Amino acid sequence: MARTIIPFGPQHPVLPEPLHVKLVVEDEIVLEAIPALGYVHRGLEKLAEIRDYHQMIQVVERVCGICSNIHSMCYCQGIEEIMGIEVPRRAEYLRTIWSELHRMHSHLLWLGLFADAFGFEALFMQFWRIRERIMDINEATTGSRVITSVNIVGGVRQDLTPEMCSWILSEVDTAVKEIKEIQNTILNDYTVCARTKGVGVLTKEQAYDLGAAGPTLRGSGVASDMRLLKYAAFDKLDFEPIVEQDGDCYARSTVRFRETLQSAELVKQAIAGLPQGDLAAPCKGNPEGEIITRVEQPRGECLYYMKGSGKKFLDRVRIRTPTFANVPPLLAMLPNCELADVPVIILSIDPCISCTER
Amino acid sequence: MIENQIDITLESLVGEVSKMKSDGQRMVTFSCTDIGDGQADIIYHFDKNEVLTNLRLTVDMDKPVPSISGVYFAALLIENELQDQFDIKFDGLVLDFGRKLYLDDEVTIIPMCNNTKAMKPKK
Repeated sequence: MARTIIPFGPQHPVLPEPLHVKLVVEDEIVLEAIPALGYVHRGLEKLAEIRDYHQMIQVVERVCGICSNIHSMCYCQGIEEIMGIEVPRRAEYLRTIWSELHRMHSHLLWLGLFADAFGFEALFMQFWRIRERIMDINEATTGSRVITSVNIVGGVRQDLTPEMCSWILSEVDTAVKEIKEIQNTILNDYTVCARTKGVGVLTKEQAYDLGAAGPTLRGSGVASDMRLLKYAAFDKLDFEPIVEQDGDCYARSTVRFRETLQSAELVKQAIAGLPQGDLAAPCKGNPEGEIITRVEQPRGECLYYMKGSGKKFLDRVRIRTPTFANVPPLLAMLPNCELADVPVIILSIDPCISCTER
Repeated sequence: MIENQIDITLESLVGEVSKMKSDGQRMVTFSCTDIGDGQADIIYHFDKNEVLTNLRLTVDMDKPVPSISGVYFAALLIENELQDQFDIKFDGLVLDFGRKLYLDDEVTIIPMCNNTKAMKPKK
């Protein structure tokens, strides 16, 4: 058979964002995949030239809507470390609660999209219905469903009342109950297993060598999770990275499914241990020095490098998002797969082009 | 304030990166900053068991830098990105987008990073 190049994207029904991969195929087998980026690049790093370091919080939150809270947390942690600001313990717990709620709604969104990718629309609807509970929590506690804007340099700007905490616990418990009701479908259904098991395999060695991040790395058997760095309140929370060994689409979806339940547990632990105290420490002066901060986003490890020289504008903000790290592993998963499996494999890394083209 | 930092040179870059690979370090990314006078700092970040090791290289932006994509394949995207953003040329890239990873042919200004530069118009 002659070789053909088939463009996947930038507009494709399975992806709401413009990822473009050129697929070299022979018959219906993919031989090679070549990525093409740049369709929606926004140059957010450059905005550091004209937005001061406080305003940059709003900019970094818009790197990605789904993990906006975790982006701003990472950024604020870096600035606080440069400036020697000690964040109040209550603020660290509140940041942890909101970040784990973000992980829950991101994973629920992805699980729905993943089900939709292989044509299981009823399952898609169920995951998104459950996700609404988390979005309602975000709206009620921060005033916004997606871009929560609660993090500031020195702490947070919103608090949780005891009534809110009780309501969150009740909603999270209900969400967990509903998630467990569809656990059998996402993990054991014939269609789901047929479309995902043994598909898009990334070995442990490949995942490590190619710099994979997050569930893509953990789905291949590597127990790496930046929450082990004990930032925010994770030093007081009890958890272990969730790891699967098979490295296929099924393993990656299982990691995310289990992490959704784990995040619910972490939210409950953080609310149980929420201390009294201030919401923010005062922030005076401008950042001077270099810092690297890392956090665990729903898609994996996110790294911020920042450099300031005592001015209100930072010299450099460099953002390495997890999807950017997961593109090379994706290029290793695609060769030798069937053309029909390409959307499932691409979706299995939870691609966020908004993050990649920040 | 960056911990575990090792200063390297252009000559020792590939060797030091190969040592990282032999040591089982996972490449996380690089960060690049324009430090003025036509120079830039490139910091290569590596991770092992959640501990970061950083190799710092100061380069002249008009001189090519050896690509490490032969050692760590995943470096190809980052090096192509730096070519787009900082106009730093990487020698030996396994897949060179030729400063077109993000930009179209007709774009003549680099709109993304601190050192906005005009590209040479196509003949």
